[in-house]
Amino acid sequence: MADTTLAGPTGSETLLKLVPKAEGKQSMKDFKSDQEVRWCPGCGDYAVLAAVQGFMPELGLAKENIVFVSGIGCSSRFPYYMNTYGMHSIHGRAPAIATGLASSRRDLSVWVVTGDGDALSIGGNHLIHALRRNVNLKILLFNNRIYGLTKGQYSPTSEVGKITKSTPMGSLDAPFNPVSLAIGAEASFVARTVDSDRKHLTEVLRQAADHPGTALVEIYQNCNIFNDGAFEVLKDKQQAEEAVIRLEHGAPIRFGTDGSKGVVRDPATGDLKVVAVTAENESQILVHDAHSASPTTAFALSRLADPDTLHHTPIGVFRSTERPVYDTLMADQLDTAIEQHGKGDLAALLAGGDTWTVVG
Amino acid sequence: MTSQVSSPAEQADEAVVGEQRKPAAGEKDVRRLDRVIIRFAGDSGDGMQLTGDRFTSETASFGNDLSTLPNFPAEIRAPAGTLPGVSSFQLHFADHDILTPGDAPNVLVAMNPAALKANIGDVPRGAEVIVNTDEFTKRAMQKVGYETSPLEDGSLDGFQVHPVPLTTLTVEALKEFDLSRKDAGRSKNMFALGLLSWMYHRPTEGTERFLKTKFAKKPDIAAANIAAFRAGWNFGETTEDFAVSYEVAPAAKAFPTGTYRNISGNLALSYGLIAASRQADLPLYLGSYPITPASDILHELSKHKNFGVRTFQAEDEIAGIGAALGAAFGGSLAVTTTSGPGVALKSETIGLAVSLELPLLIVDIQRGGPSTGLPTKTEQADLLQAMYGRNGEAPVPVVAPRTPADCFDAALEAARIAVTYRTPVFLLSDGYLANGSEPWRIPEVDQLPDLRVQFASGTNHTLDDGTEVFWPFKRDPGTLARPWAIPGTPGLEHRIGGIEKQDGTGNISYDPANHDFMVRTRQAKVDGIDVPDLEVDDADGDAGLLVLGWGSTYGPITAAVRRLRAAGQSVAQAHLRHLNPFPRNLGEVLKRYDKVVIPEMNLGQLATLIRAKYLVDAVSYNQVNGMPFKAEQLATAFKEAIDG
Repeated sequence: MADTTLAGPTGSETLLKLVPKAEGKQSMKDFKSDQEVRWCPGCGDYAVLAAVQGFMPELGLAKENIVFVSGIGCSSRFPYYMNTYGMHSIHGRAPAIATGLASSRRDLSVWVVTGDGDALSIGGNHLIHALRRNVNLKILLFNNRIYGLTKGQYSPTSEVGKITKSTPMGSLDAPFNPVSLAIGAEASFVARTVDSDRKHLTEVLRQAADHPGTALVEIYQNCNIFNDGAFEVLKDKQQAEEAVIRLEHGAPIRFGTDGSKGVVRDPATGDLKVVAVTAENESQILVHDAHSASPTTAFALSRLADPDTLHHTPIGVFRSTERPVYDTLMADQLDTAIEQHGKGDLAALLAGGDTWTVVG
Repeated sequence: MTSQVSSPAEQADEAVVGEQRKPAAGEKDVRRLDRVIIRFAGDSGDGMQLTGDRFTSETASFGNDLSTLPNFPAEIRAPAGTLPGVSSFQLHFADHDILTPGDAPNVLVAMNPAALKANIGDVPRGAEVIVNTDEFTKRAMQKVGYETSPLEDGSLDGFQVHPVPLTTLTVEALKEFDLSRKDAGRSKNMFALGLLSWMYHRPTEGTERFLKTKFAKKPDIAAANIAAFRAGWNFGETTEDFAVSYEVAPAAKAFPTGTYRNISGNLALSYGLIAASRQADLPLYLGSYPITPASDILHELSKHKNFGVRTFQAEDEIAGIGAALGAAFGGSLAVTTTSGPGVALKSETIGLAVSLELPLLIVDIQRGGPSTGLPTKTEQADLLQAMYGRNGEAPVPVVAPRTPADCFDAALEAARIAVTYRTPVFLLSDGYLANGSEPWRIPEVDQLPDLRVQFASGTNHTLDDGTEVFWPFKRDPGTLARPWAIPGTPGLEHRIGGIEKQDGTGNISYDPANHDFMVRTRQAKVDGIDVPDLEVDDADGDAGLLVLGWGSTYGPITAAVRRLRAAGQSVAQAHLRHLNPFPRNLGEVLKRYDKVVIPEMNLGQLATLIRAKYLVDAVSYNQVNGMPFKAEQLATAFKEAIDG
């Protein structure tokens, strides 16, 4: 049986321990705010909201120590619907704001909710720097491959040639693959899940919450108004069998009907490719190692999917490795400074070294 | 020193008063001066800023009043020997209270032809000019357009020129050290410092101690620099070219009793932030991105982690203020430091802070603009950006320090407003204050203002049905501040955002009447900030002219006003610390005078605000050349206003 617990990294427990626990038992209802949810009927965001609200009691953290920070976009309304602390900020800046909050308050569990435009276009710089710093943030990136709130322009994850209001002859720019981008930006935890798969989404949230440092979770989310069915191939039961590759740490990467397909490494190029599993090559099927120190294979996995058809799309945790957490290091430096120089003495600081005295 | 004390000596800011002391047999002449202005000028790589800093420290510890003006190019190492590469440091020191780095140097130290050419125009005839003759090669002179040697062609005849082969003498003094000629020559700035230290009877222990500490890991270099420094001193004492040395007595009478140190504006501002954090009992959080001339605050604060100070060097200006705002939400005393171009990038986040009504300090060390402008030069042209540079009606209080040492108090005042009124606050310093220095009377820590705040801890509103709830936008009726409810407080979970919010509940609201109310309420909160009345210095009480200033023009304006008064003119002076809101009595003060002149290092930004708000025909006097005003130029302008 594959090892799917992934509770692995030792730091996780200690970091979550800094956040006070809830006193009584919590329910999903405790995390619903009194505000009416105002996404379009049928929007994928509802499912994600329900999954997050449903998962929170499992974490068992005091809800006053949980903060959701968002930018601008449909998904960024998320904090208003969570009965925790929250900030709906400005376009693209949520990772920066959350960095200040998380690095100054280690007793908080800080979540960022963002979209493909918010995180990858206007806020791209903040996203990559949050990832490389490894601040203790959980970033939920709702990717619907379209601008919804501004009524349907193409986004930085839209496929090339996308016909939208701003691109009547088709979009020209190549899209970002958020998972590839995150791995390239030194992310220590990168996962992908789908809005409609509550069980999978919850499991990924669980692992992200456990992770010490920045966790990036890309959530494929349907915009039924401006980009309906963008991920249908991954959701339709029949098609999904061939399209979706479910990654499980420690398990061979197989998919398709009865696991008839698998991922192997091409010995000539080192790249990954999909093959039909046979008795001869079964032992060659790649075993997923999310904890690998090297990001190479995780990156190769992120490149498997066909950006147009979405065939061979891996979901699950691509990468989950432990490395020093920014806020912990920052706090340690403060402690070290006090050890070395004693607690700051303002009078001594102001006096400095060279002084003279004027007597009356 | 910015003491308001008036004494006859300080009136005479224009003339150097000298008195000769009879030398004993075999001794050199010693003359007493009441004040001296020295300018060290050399190539960017010659260490002129360090030399100036050291001379300043010696002067401060001797007890003179002083004021400094570092002036350097934006390039770290501009092409050697060129005019754009010249770096200088001017120091004015006196036995009495002075206000500016001085208009014109009494002594120019020119380390090369470029330094001479770039600076000689500022030096009055009769002044002393010390030149490093070693650098006056044909090629070096040609590089800056000297066809003939200024040392020989008579063009310096009006000056007391001291030709000194500084490089050769330094190399000679260091011959016992195992250094190449080039390396040994690098210590020529210390030789020059030693010579000037002898000329002005400066204490030397501090510099020797400084060199030992600075080069603690390279004892040979420390020893070589000390040797060069001493050689410079001995050269002054023995060579006949320098027949006279000068004494400038300590400025004991100009200073109230207390313990003093020398301090630059950026250092004072950094200390002010740390002090504010202690007085507010809130951890300090700085989110910043390096930018000239603000980076020194980031450097300084990052040294003081043992005060619980967190410094975050962000990926850009926006992230710098974003992180600060996040920390403010979490209950830190949050600060972002920058200069004009950075403010432009931070504007949207400042607007968010206005909307969220969270305390946040935005420190803008103004420099020449627009765009990249003049990174190392001073200007006051961000006032309107600070006032209005945001979308929507987004009022932000503005506080401006007037002298380097005043940056300490201004930081505390900005913090007071931010935490009391839950608002972002601009602290507008500038390059001149940031890098300039002056003596500072070290405050007693227990005399600092109490800035403690109360975080919200429970419900604050009762609904019609009797339910007790927390409303994040229910205001304090006195200050109109909303509660500061930080995450981790049970029962006060709430959401805030940049979308317009309903009065009281803070829930999203697009209601027209509510928006109108919220816009007016945010404005009323800032308008209602309690700021002290403007004090007017109108010594005779019969002045027709009021000179109104703000920020770093305080020194030259005050020096100019003193000159006019010394010449028998009546002139009133007032200086604004609070630019938003203005002091309550400002309108009444303005109406008391026939004429109002507003000198600014911009094209009239305060004047625009004053004219618009008070319908007063204030006259602008402007200079935007990257340099502070000179007292003489302002005195002339004020005299013309009085006469005209």
